[in-house]
Amino acid sequence: MVELIEMILLPIVVLFLAAGVFFMLAGAIGLLRLPDFYTRLHATGKCDTLGEVLIIFGLLIYHVYYYSPGAELSVQLVPVKLLFLICFIFFANPTATHAIMKAAYNTGVKPWKKGDRRM
Amino acid sequence: MIEPEAMLTIFMATALLIVVTIILALYRATLGPEVYNRVAAVNVIGTKTIVLLVLIGYIFERPLFFDISLLYALLNFIGTLAFAKYLERGEVWSS
Amino acid sequence: MGEKSSAKSGKGFGIFVTFCVMFLFWLLLSGILDPIHVGAGIICSLIIAFVSHDLLVTQKWDKMLRKSGRFIIYVVWELWQILLANFDVAYRVLHPKMPIDPSVIEFDTSLRSDLAIVTLANSITLTPGTITINIDQEKGRFQVHAIAQKPADALLVDKTMQEKVAKVFMEE
Repeated sequence: MVELIEMILLPIVVLFLAAGVFFMLAGAIGLLRLPDFYTRLHATGKCDTLGEVLIIFGLLIYHVYYYSPGAELSVQLVPVKLLFLICFIFFANPTATHAIMKAAYNTGVKPWKKGDRRM
Repeated sequence: MIEPEAMLTIFMATALLIVVTIILALYRATLGPEVYNRVAAVNVIGTKTIVLLVLIGYIFERPLFFDISLLYALLNFIGTLAFAKYLERGEVWSS
Repeated sequence: MGEKSSAKSGKGFGIFVTFCVMFLFWLLLSGILDPIHVGAGIICSLIIAFVSHDLLVTQKWDKMLRKSGRFIIYVVWELWQILLANFDVAYRVLHPKMPIDPSVIEFDTSLRSDLAIVTLANSITLTPGTITINIDQEKGRFQVHAIAQKPADALLVDKTMQEKVAKVFMEE
């Protein structure tokens, strides 16, 4: 029974970690490749949010399976912290992206149009 | 079939790949053409650091790191907001 | 949550609810049940409840409960959209020619309340190809940066997201 759970759960955890790393790598490549500030924020604002949430969620599954029975209370409560971290990232990352974007737009950074030179 | 002992290696590999993305973002933070590119890159590095801290907590089996990562998430968010506001208006508090 | 609790949703009730939420949060984060730690938690929660009770409890409770029920359904739909958005961005970034055609668009909504506008703005940022730039709360006007023409049309023509958010935060 235990081996069956391990056989199913651990690949799921690894899948979550791999998907998160893939999206974070895509975001970092976008940060380098895209032509201007606004489009770069498209890459980081979306890909990083989901990538981080996927990695933390994978670790949460791992934690619930490995540490729950018989540990101290403060160790058992770690999934709550991770859940709060997920909620906070979903709320804070788009807001920070929006704040930087608004500051740039209101101080007159011109958006890149198709055919312009890279900035 | 993945052995439970192999998870430590997998966490290490994930942490290393995140460090690679941080190095890629560091290029933008140092050479980015304007100040806004730099602020965005620093924000990205900060959010990646949150995940890195959680992973370190599992690699070294110290639950203390989760509290640090929560704190870091709050500080990074507020720091980015304050920086954006400062760049927009030239002051953080508008009186 | 009937009429009784909504009738006395005054200052004292707001302080009490904030205190309970903050103290529960303290217990969940610390997980240590000594008298010293719990006492420190009670003192900190009381201070926070007195200083900032008007931030958490802004309207009647039964209304907030009904809204949060609809909000959870909305979040499930939103998660699916976020997944689509990520594949979209990853495709655009990793494609050798980078099929992007950015533009800045504007549109009006009928939303006025703070929470509804924040939800719509964050949803726009997380869904495929669009990021909120500016919001004029009095007119309900959004300025949005779109990475290509197709996601811009989704906001300008289809308006599914605006309708869903308006349905969640319906004032009755």
